Amino acid sequence: MDGPMPFSRRELLGMGLAATLLPDFAGAASKPRRGGRIRVASVASSTADTLDPAKGSLSTDYVRHYMAYSGLTQLDRQMQGRPGLAESFESRDQMVWRFHLRKGVTFHNGKSLTSADVVYSLLRHKDPLTGSKVASIADQFLAVRAVSTHEVEITLSGPNVDLPIILSQSHFLIVPAGEKAFRTGNGTGPYRIVDFKPGIRTIGRRFENYYKPGKPYLDEIELIGIPDEVSRVNALLSGDVHLINAVNARSSKRILAGGRGLLESQSSFYTNLIMRQDMLPTSNPHFVMAMKNLLDRPLIKRALFRNYATIANDHPIPPFHPFCRDDLPQTVLDLDKARYHLRKAGLTGVRLPMFAAPAAEGSVDMASILQEYGGRVGLNLAVNRVPADGYWSTHWMKHPLTFGNTNPRPTADMLFSVFYKSDAAWNESGWKNPRFDKLLVEARGEADFARRKQLYGEMQGLVRDHCGVGIPVFISLIDGYDKRLKGLYPVPLGGFMGYTFAEHVWWEG
Amino acid sequence: MSIYRLILNRIASALLTLLLVSLVIFIISDLLPGDAAQEMLGQSATPEQVAALRHDLGLDRPAYVRFGDWVGGIVSGDPGTSMVANMPVAEVIAERLPNTLRLAALTAAFTVPLSLLIGISAAMNRGGRLDRMLSISTLAMVAMPEFLVATLGVLIFSVKLRLLPSITMVTSDQPWGEFLRSYTLPVLSLSVVVIAQMSRMTRAAVIDQLNQPYVEMAMLKGVGRVAIVRRHVLPNAIGPIINAMALSLSYLLGGAIIVETIFNYPGLASLMVNAVTSRDTPLLQACAMIFCAAYLLLLLAADIIAILANPRLHNK
Repeated sequence: MDGPMPFSRRELLGMGLAATLLPDFAGAASKPRRGGRIRVASVASSTADTLDPAKGSLSTDYVRHYMAYSGLTQLDRQMQGRPGLAESFESRDQMVWRFHLRKGVTFHNGKSLTSADVVYSLLRHKDPLTGSKVASIADQFLAVRAVSTHEVEITLSGPNVDLPIILSQSHFLIVPAGEKAFRTGNGTGPYRIVDFKPGIRTIGRRFENYYKPGKPYLDEIELIGIPDEVSRVNALLSGDVHLINAVNARSSKRILAGGRGLLESQSSFYTNLIMRQDMLPTSNPHFVMAMKNLLDRPLIKRALFRNYATIANDHPIPPFHPFCRDDLPQTVLDLDKARYHLRKAGLTGVRLPMFAAPAAEGSVDMASILQEYGGRVGLNLAVNRVPADGYWSTHWMKHPLTFGNTNPRPTADMLFSVFYKSDAAWNESGWKNPRFDKLLVEARGEADFARRKQLYGEMQGLVRDHCGVGIPVFISLIDGYDKRLKGLYPVPLGGFMGYTFAEHVWWEG
Repeated sequence: MSIYRLILNRIASALLTLLLVSLVIFIISDLLPGDAAQEMLGQSATPEQVAALRHDLGLDRPAYVRFGDWVGGIVSGDPGTSMVANMPVAEVIAERLPNTLRLAALTAAFTVPLSLLIGISAAMNRGGRLDRMLSISTLAMVAMPEFLVATLGVLIFSVKLRLLPSITMVTSDQPWGEFLRSYTLPVLSLSVVVIAQMSRMTRAAVIDQLNQPYVEMAMLKGVGRVAIVRRHVLPNAIGPIINAMALSLSYLLGGAIIVETIFNYPGLASLMVNAVTSRDTPLLQACAMIFCAAYLLLLLAADIIAILANPRLHNK
């Protein structure tokens, strides 16, 4: 997949990552124990901080919500949806789903969990006044009804195998029926929220009646936001906080030198070059091929991300993903091919602006690298560096050549539906491929893994060969942690173990 | 009579300024592209969601209605509800204002005596070795940006020596020692620029008075140097000195954003930046009004003190 090269770096990471990559070894080295208080600093915190899972928009929110609430399902290490508050679930046609709730689960205020809470929690996303971030995903819930006090039936508008994965996401965590104010964080999650001040701090104390016996391990977690990366790293190094996320690859050496651990989570997070298919001259397929051949992927991986990245092949499924197709030839930097395609397109010598902004991580440097190689094949690319504020509304997808930036999504279906479907609002390059759209719907309802992998494989090939996006690398997410904090392992969906670290980690102080 | 007249005039013009400022704040925050509804819902929002939320927040009413509501609210002491935090603005600010005031007060308590001392001793030794040394060091301090001082401070005292915390946590149950330790670095970083500015202004004001003929007269009469400064020069120089202090202190109230960012200090300046990025207009307007009011209040106080301290006005 990634070749043997990165292991020199992994050695650098030392015991920390090794222990987390090998759970058996980690278990032998340290057994979970109770007690301890940690302070965690996340990248973002503001007055918009919320205890309403539907409104969560930043990493701090997701962490807080997984502390206070639990989902019907939760992800296992293979990113599959497993029972959570629902002790089991089944569906014959992937359209009508039955969820059987665990009995004896209580909210922090003592109320028992029933199907009414689940119905309320899922249906509120469809009310515009809720302001839910996942309203468009909740659109597929045709009906959610309580069959009995501990049984819920969800009817979808079309078959979707991924429902258990979708329901594990923080926005769909379960809140008590009728909850509107969201001042106390009353959920069934591992930590009771004892103090919550938006933009300042959240303090969670262990919930003794948590439905998983023995968990969570920590007595208390204090969650704060330190938006400034240098300050966040300094706070970890000085011992003021014990876990941080969104570490810049440039800070990795400082953190290791300071005796702290680094947790690298390979993810499907990427910054991509967008070549609009409805504008000239980027709609020319030869131009698209030329640009894909101009991407020096190893250089981007090494220089921009200090090797904390994985080489990509112009489609959004990373090599470590179970659905990744491994027989697609890797596109590499090839100036002769680029020159050939450019000549075919009749665009040799043309001058083109590229719009890049710090908002799309690494895009400005990627643009500079492209400009350099473009010059060697007779393409005059200009880098238009624009401010981060307002980039998404004023520049992104609005010029022939711009850069985009996509966060990890829990399923291949979501990634393809949101960014590659012909009629998607964020179909970044504006490509239209009927075959792709057909496969997308087919794969969504296909329960057989092998068949599904085949369908997604064909879609990856279509995107790689025809779509107007160039994806050079997948960027790893990096957390820094105090080595007394145990039990961390990488989750490709986000830092902080996909924001769910709170119930898994323990302190060996 | 004339002194009171003068003071009343100042107060009246301050109130008028405040009203004009409120209008400007309202217009500018209305000009910001996008609104709270769009910012809250993010990119994935549907038009119906935005419209529903906008109506819920009252953003679909005409601007003059919203302005009237807001000014009326402020006058009656209610600055409205924060759209983003969904809490009364007064409550959000009550959380932060004490922090800002505490940081400003500590910094002032540290910087004011020190800069007076530096400024006056430099002025009294004008041209001497002490003056040159103090001048060079204060000039260097003025030129040193806060982020550099703060970052170096963190690197040395927190990361290397592990003496002081790198972020300033504000909790109510902090013991005194802990409290002082957590405020040391932010206060020192803020002090560098403030001391430099204040002592330069003090030095200039005192020298200005030392050049006056009455000082020469007093010297000829045989009054000692310290007595001249204390009895004659300071009362005359107090106006410009107080003004310089007022400017520095108003900076501490609203301009500590860099220090607040580096030490992750929950003060008013970062709250206002938050309000701008989330387009939370009630909160933004309230913060801006607080900064303006504090600024005007400090200048007013400086004016009044200068008027009261001016011996010439006293004799009338």
